[in-house]
Amino acid sequence: MKHKKPARGNTICRSTRKWFPLFLGPVVAAFIIGFVWPFLQGIYLSFCQFKLIADAKPIGIGNYVRAFQDASFTHAFWYTALFTVVSMVLINVLAFTVAYVLTQNIKGSNLFRTVFFMPNLIGGIVLGHIWSMIFDGILGKFGTSIVMDSKYGFWGLIILMCWQQIGYMMIIYIAGLQAVPEDMLEAARIDGATKSQALFKVTIPNVMPSITICMFLSLTNGFKLFDQNLALTNGYPIITQPGGVAIKTTEMLALNIYTTYNNTSLNAHGTAQAKAVIFFILVAGLGLAQLAYTRKKEVQQ
Amino acid sequence: MNGSLAAERRNKAILSVILGVICVIYVLPVLAVLINSFKLNTFVKTDTFALPTGEMWAGMDNFIKGMTFGNYPFWDSVKYSVVITVLSTALILVGTSMAAWYIARVDSLFCRILYFLCVFSMVVPFQMVMFTLSNTADQLHLNTPWTIPVVYLGFGAGLAIFMFVGFVKSIPLEIEEAAAIDGCGPVRTFFMVVVPMLKPTMISVGILEIMWVWNDYLLPSLVLDLEKYRTITIHIQYLKGSYGTVDLGATMALILLAIIPVIVFYLTCQKHIIKGVAAGAVKG
Repeated sequence: MKHKKPARGNTICRSTRKWFPLFLGPVVAAFIIGFVWPFLQGIYLSFCQFKLIADAKPIGIGNYVRAFQDASFTHAFWYTALFTVVSMVLINVLAFTVAYVLTQNIKGSNLFRTVFFMPNLIGGIVLGHIWSMIFDGILGKFGTSIVMDSKYGFWGLIILMCWQQIGYMMIIYIAGLQAVPEDMLEAARIDGATKSQALFKVTIPNVMPSITICMFLSLTNGFKLFDQNLALTNGYPIITQPGGVAIKTTEMLALNIYTTYNNTSLNAHGTAQAKAVIFFILVAGLGLAQLAYTRKKEVQQ
Repeated sequence: MNGSLAAERRNKAILSVILGVICVIYVLPVLAVLINSFKLNTFVKTDTFALPTGEMWAGMDNFIKGMTFGNYPFWDSVKYSVVITVLSTALILVGTSMAAWYIARVDSLFCRILYFLCVFSMVVPFQMVMFTLSNTADQLHLNTPWTIPVVYLGFGAGLAIFMFVGFVKSIPLEIEEAAAIDGCGPVRTFFMVVVPMLKPTMISVGILEIMWVWNDYLLPSLVLDLEKYRTITIHIQYLKGSYGTVDLGATMALILLAIIPVIVFYLTCQKHIIKGVAAGAVKG
């Protein structure tokens, strides 16, 4: 049976092949306009000095040197990394706990699921403005505000992201938990395992695939975060370092690239594009690690 | 045995109550938007969590101010948001399902390269292409609500094609072969035989795209001609992010108007939405 497959594929393949312009034409054209060409041009421009693309002039790796020397960029990198790790751990622990409780056959679990998932549908900009009002309402009572201290900005964004993402991860965990074979848990119970033993020795090993997916999702979501960051604090407060360099203390990588673009200096566009390439390599690295990891898992199963 | 059962039932009841309390806390931010959209601007900051009673009551003033802000009519931004979301989603669904079927069924080097590029595009952050893409879109006059769907199709094709190809590969070829033997050409086979089978995936992809395009801020704000066209999200960002004193009451009124359709949409197609979002998560 297996050897016949390529031969069978040919009938549809042969008759369809000549319909290439109809089936692939529009998507290929849009894909080139919306992705391939801007991507290649973006790589080229990261080696250029330019204000307008028409006057781009190649200058070698100067933009990359400037990007790495930019204190605000390195600050944004470490800030993003810290934010990503903290939000990843919190979101996953809380989402798993909620999912675990909701799969214990308790009353009203459908309603709870609906409510917890709801914030996911609200866009990042709107979420940021909602929460900045709430935080300012609370902090205002103490005579301060979310843009006064970078600590508030950091934990504020963490709370916002937890509120938004727990419901999403919860859905994935619930699907994973429901797939754990009931007879396995039954067997553990008969063998005298306590509830927590059953959780750690049977349930968690069985939902490892869901845990992996959620970890990577929250990792890349955190790393690429932009809208919420822009709307909640827009990077404020600003501190001035000893060398006279001003740094937006709650600015993450994506927002840092955006801010650099809007700078008016001669090298700003080129430096921002170089930062964008570095950012792409970081995000793509995480994404490919995820692909490789899930592939390996699939082979094992 | 009976005692432990009763204890378990009691524990579950306690859990229900705890979760109920968390649920109430969960919807508080949305309620805060509701009460503050009817509150005079000066009180939003000082009495954020108070009900808009007495002197705080603003009536419909915030809504009127928000809708006329910056001499930009709010209803236009609603119109453009709807146009962009509907056209982009429709274009993505039709375009990528056809392309995905072709890629899955025709075995050629070009298809393999295209599929690889689609998967690759999923890991490219928007910041990488934002400057060049908005420039290209400008030159090709893709900066209106009626043409921006081409940009969405181009940048969003990756995930949609990936999901569709995954599904098409799970459909047995025999069905399409039977259609071919009965005299169906590829075009008819696709629309009469394959599309009906693709329906569940179409719903999942459609919901993901609707949520993405409706809430998107950066792409339309860079691509659209902002003097003429603003989406709801752009309008809200302008209202809040503008220099000078920010009118929080008006911002909350607009946010309320922006999230009501989202919540109605969620409550009506909840099952599909949760399924679609979960399906999108398994990318990679």
